Amino acid sequence: MIQISDLFKCFGRKIVHQGISFEVDKGEVLTIIGGSGSGKSVLLKQMVGLIKPDRGEIYIDGKAISHLEEEELQEVQKMIGYVFQEAALFDSLTVAENVSFGLYNLLKFSEHEAKKIVRDKLALVGLSGIEDLKPAQLSGGMKKRVGIARAIALNPKILLYDEPTTGLDPVMSDVINDLILKLKKETQTTAIAVTHDMKSAYKISDRIAMLYEGKILEIGTPQQIQNSKNPILRQFISGSSFGPIPIPGHKNNEHRN
Amino acid sequence: MNTDLNQSNFISLIGRKILRSSEICGEVVILVKRTFYWFFHAPLNRRNVFLQLLEMGARTFPVTSLTLFFTGMVLALQSGYSFIKVFNEPLYVGRLVGASICKELGPVLTSLVFAGRVGAAVAAELGTMKVTEQIDALYTLGTNPIKYLAVPRFLAAMLMLPLLVIYSDFIGILGGFLIAHFRFGIPPNVYFDEIYIMQIREVVHGLIKAVVFGLIIITISCYEGLTTEGGAEGVGQSTTSAVVISMVLVLVGDYFLTALLVAFRIG
Repeated sequence: MIQISDLFKCFGRKIVHQGISFEVDKGEVLTIIGGSGSGKSVLLKQMVGLIKPDRGEIYIDGKAISHLEEEELQEVQKMIGYVFQEAALFDSLTVAENVSFGLYNLLKFSEHEAKKIVRDKLALVGLSGIEDLKPAQLSGGMKKRVGIARAIALNPKILLYDEPTTGLDPVMSDVINDLILKLKKETQTTAIAVTHDMKSAYKISDRIAMLYEGKILEIGTPQQIQNSKNPILRQFISGSSFGPIPIPGHKNNEHRN
Repeated sequence: MNTDLNQSNFISLIGRKILRSSEICGEVVILVKRTFYWFFHAPLNRRNVFLQLLEMGARTFPVTSLTLFFTGMVLALQSGYSFIKVFNEPLYVGRLVGASICKELGPVLTSLVFAGRVGAAVAAELGTMKVTEQIDALYTLGTNPIKYLAVPRFLAAMLMLPLLVIYSDFIGILGGFLIAHFRFGIPPNVYFDEIYIMQIREVVHGLIKAVVFGLIIITISCYEGLTTEGGAEGVGQSTTSAVVISMVLVLVGDYFLTALLVAFRIG
């Protein structure tokens, strides 16, 4: 369903990706983990055409998308729902207008059809009856769920989640995790999530990939990742400040006495 | 040795600044080009256009009116006293107020107020949308941000600024009349006869300026907003830059535009 082939990306002198390759099968949930600033979100944005890779190719449903023109890219975007880190809801629009935005602009639905879809999708994320509220009136968790409702309104084949549980309390994080699993079960969508929340990664993933220094360090099932002997991966999943991962301004290689 | 190094650093710094400035000029031109492309190649989002017309026109009107009302009063007061000193009578007050406001102060002062109010609002709104990924969200939902955000703002600015200038001209002339009549005792028919003898091209002179200033202000504001980086601090910087650069360009552009219009005998 998704194939990333030898992807390179630099911003000025900063190398973000240096030869990333992996595949995601239909209906699979792949979680990409990695430290802050490791390029996880940049990777997602390249998959939806927001950022162009310097080298390499991204195939969505067999179609190379890296150098498509805007109109061709729109056809690919119809297949993809993107859930942003801070939800990225349009402040000036109501919840209903946010959720129906893509229905009018990408799929040209009528008002009647769009209203029904908005109701259904909000019910699916457990937020019926908030259609007329503005984003400023919602809590963080509600915003995330409205963001998910907006992403699934187009019935996409692929869902991309950018840090779906960041900034939420543990209970609300689990609500979002359950929602991701529910969507996988009910809609059979392929999903890629980027996160550094390991609890979430273990719960929602079929496979987990660790992004480190611009490359995929290791990829495997949650079980394989938990049992990995790689010291970098072990330090990351255990959340320890001691280990081989360099931390600016912190002597992290000292042994505890 | 050290001096050579400093010199080469200084030269490379200047070179980088020139390159960056050229890049920005190119990006601004591309923004304008894309905006006009989408204006002619996609249906207008009427709701957005209406909201922008309301924001830029109706809600800016009170502050521009107040500015020009007092400017007209000050002009009448200053010119009245100056002419009394020279001619012993307050002559040509209507002519001076009318010509100054319609050709120069109306478009320039209205544009400066417009840059402060509308330019700042546009840069802050688009900048906030940029740093909170709302611009990216527009792309993923099949909507080009230039088409959805920039086109309605360009259209509203280029329509509403000339209208505001026309309103402001009237208000300024009215302010001048109050002083001319009640302070210097100039009869209404004398004051307004001096206004009526103004040629239509003198008013057109001011309106052409308003359209160009509208384009300058909205281009700079949209560009600053859409290229914002770095969270709340970045939004603040973009907003400040949008206002400062717009005001400077309006004032500098005013001279060159006046020279051009005079050369073409417009006004």
